[in-house]
Amino acid sequence: MVAQTPILIVVIPLIAAFICPLIGLFRRGLCYFWMVLALLVCTIASIKTLYAVIDGGTIHYRLGGWPPPFGIEYVVDHLNAMMLIVISVISLIVAVYSKESVEQELPQRAVYFYTVFLLQVTGFLGIVITGDLFNLYVFLEIASLAGYALIAIGEDGAPLACFRYIVMGTIGACFYLLGIGYIYISTGSLNMADVQEILPGLYHSKVIVTAIAFLLAGLAVKMALFPVHVWLPDAYTKAPSAVSALVAPLMTKISLYVMIRILFSVFKPHLSIQVLPITQIMVWAGFVAICAGAIMALAQKDFKRMLCYIVVAEVGYIVGGVGLANTTAMKGAILHILNDAVMTAGLFTVAGIIMYKVKSRKLSDFKGLFRKMPFTMAAFVVGALSIIGVPPTCGFFSKWYLIQGAVIANQWAFVAALLGSSLINVILFFRIIEIGYVFHDSHGENTHNGDVTRRIEEAPFSMLIPTIAVALAIILIGFYNQTILSKIIQFAVPKI
Amino acid sequence: MFDFIVGHYNYWMYIGLMMIGFYAMMAKRNLIKKIIGMNIFQSAIIFFYISTSVKKGNVTVPILEHAHGDHGTHAIDVMQYANPLPHVLMLTAIVVMVATLGVALAVAIMVYRRYNTLEEDEIILSMRRGG
Repeated sequence: MVAQTPILIVVIPLIAAFICPLIGLFRRGLCYFWMVLALLVCTIASIKTLYAVIDGGTIHYRLGGWPPPFGIEYVVDHLNAMMLIVISVISLIVAVYSKESVEQELPQRAVYFYTVFLLQVTGFLGIVITGDLFNLYVFLEIASLAGYALIAIGEDGAPLACFRYIVMGTIGACFYLLGIGYIYISTGSLNMADVQEILPGLYHSKVIVTAIAFLLAGLAVKMALFPVHVWLPDAYTKAPSAVSALVAPLMTKISLYVMIRILFSVFKPHLSIQVLPITQIMVWAGFVAICAGAIMALAQKDFKRMLCYIVVAEVGYIVGGVGLANTTAMKGAILHILNDAVMTAGLFTVAGIIMYKVKSRKLSDFKGLFRKMPFTMAAFVVGALSIIGVPPTCGFFSKWYLIQGAVIANQWAFVAALLGSSLINVILFFRIIEIGYVFHDSHGENTHNGDVTRRIEEAPFSMLIPTIAVALAIILIGFYNQTILSKIIQFAVPKI
Repeated sequence: MFDFIVGHYNYWMYIGLMMIGFYAMMAKRNLIKKIIGMNIFQSAIIFFYISTSVKKGNVTVPILEHAHGDHGTHAIDVMQYANPLPHVLMLTAIVVMVATLGVALAVAIMVYRRYNTLEEDEIILSMRRGG
């Protein structure tokens, strides 16, 4: 049983997804519990895998017992053990959270929602766990297709946003597939470790340049790197609340993970640093993405849309951090993948709760929210502080490493972008906090209808508890960041 | 140069098809035309993969008779067999592409039901009007 955990992580949500509609035939209400149960088992399996990796090093799991270059292999090292935990825990939290908001936003379609939700998580976990390039493409498409379906059932305008996402996403996936094709022509292998062994002699050939260009261009679309981020704000704003809370933190981070894999596990690090100027381009791409994301976030009047542009900026942090190509920055980038997934999940769950109670995402409708929903807004403040980068929260530490790494690499423009975007985040979030503290009535009238406005109208517990759990996680990751760094991330950083 | 172009004609065709599909996806304003472009684009990739596995001359599919059990004696001469792996990969890719096509058409239907048109300009116009 323990030896089979790597495959169980993927198979459990996949099988559960197919059983879900059957359960829905008999009892609609059970589907929700079935989904939560499946994801709970999945989380336990990934925690077990993480401990096994920490104790015994990288796990290789051969599907069907076929040895690596011929069969598909699942490889779990420190980097993807961490990613597995991030994905399974966040999807479990969002799954618990989704019940009330799905019942409100998609009353008739709950059964299918839970089914596709499980498929989406399957895709995410599969992308992260596999050690095979083509298998990764298949899981990437499973995750994307499930994502298209989930986004399309959103509010008015979602289908068109989703259609644009399909067009862009297909281009991204096809470029990735072409890139694999070129790698396959020149090596005859699809196994990542095997390709890394075979390739170095060919690093100066044009085929490899073409391959890495296609791979990175495809992934840039999937991770919404500026200027190919155009699909993201529309799609994630118009998706149902529970979907944005699942997809927005995870899909971009997983594509970033794949990028790190491609650069450092499929190719050797010196290809992207010395042979081709890839990392330098990445620093500037990150710089532009941070500036553009932060400035466009300032222009938004819609809370969820603003968060989407913050996601675009955060992608820039990580791309730039990887591009700096020194150990400190890389540590920061990998820690930021973890932190940003948690912070974004926290903020999108808050956005979902506000949507549930206030039925609006406009910032101007947030008046008096601190009095009405103190716990939700407390979680919001924690998430906001973390995005800004205030010390006890986790966002500070990864940003700190990124800035240190940028200083070591002498990339002062990137340092300026990091600091500048933090300042813009301060403006963004304090603007919302200010609106939230405006109470409609002046003090004189307060005595008459004070009871009405002062009454706490919190969201139901099934939404509130996951949100607060994420907020606590933000603080705890901040406190234990040294443990995480020394136990996991230190080993996940590629040797440059 | 001429030999190079003629000798690799299948690759030139794949590049041409891919560009046609890419153009349709980017420049066409009709959603169905975009979907058709997407399909051409994906088919071009299938052609590319299949081209890589082709060998000229007297080649066949790699089936080894009576090879079970005595390892090593039936060493395969690679030049005699077409590479089967790209074909297998493309079977999977075709399935993925059909699924993408299905989802894209379903979403196009959703758009049509909402706006009664598939022209992107008209949809944007009616969104601006707040309809």
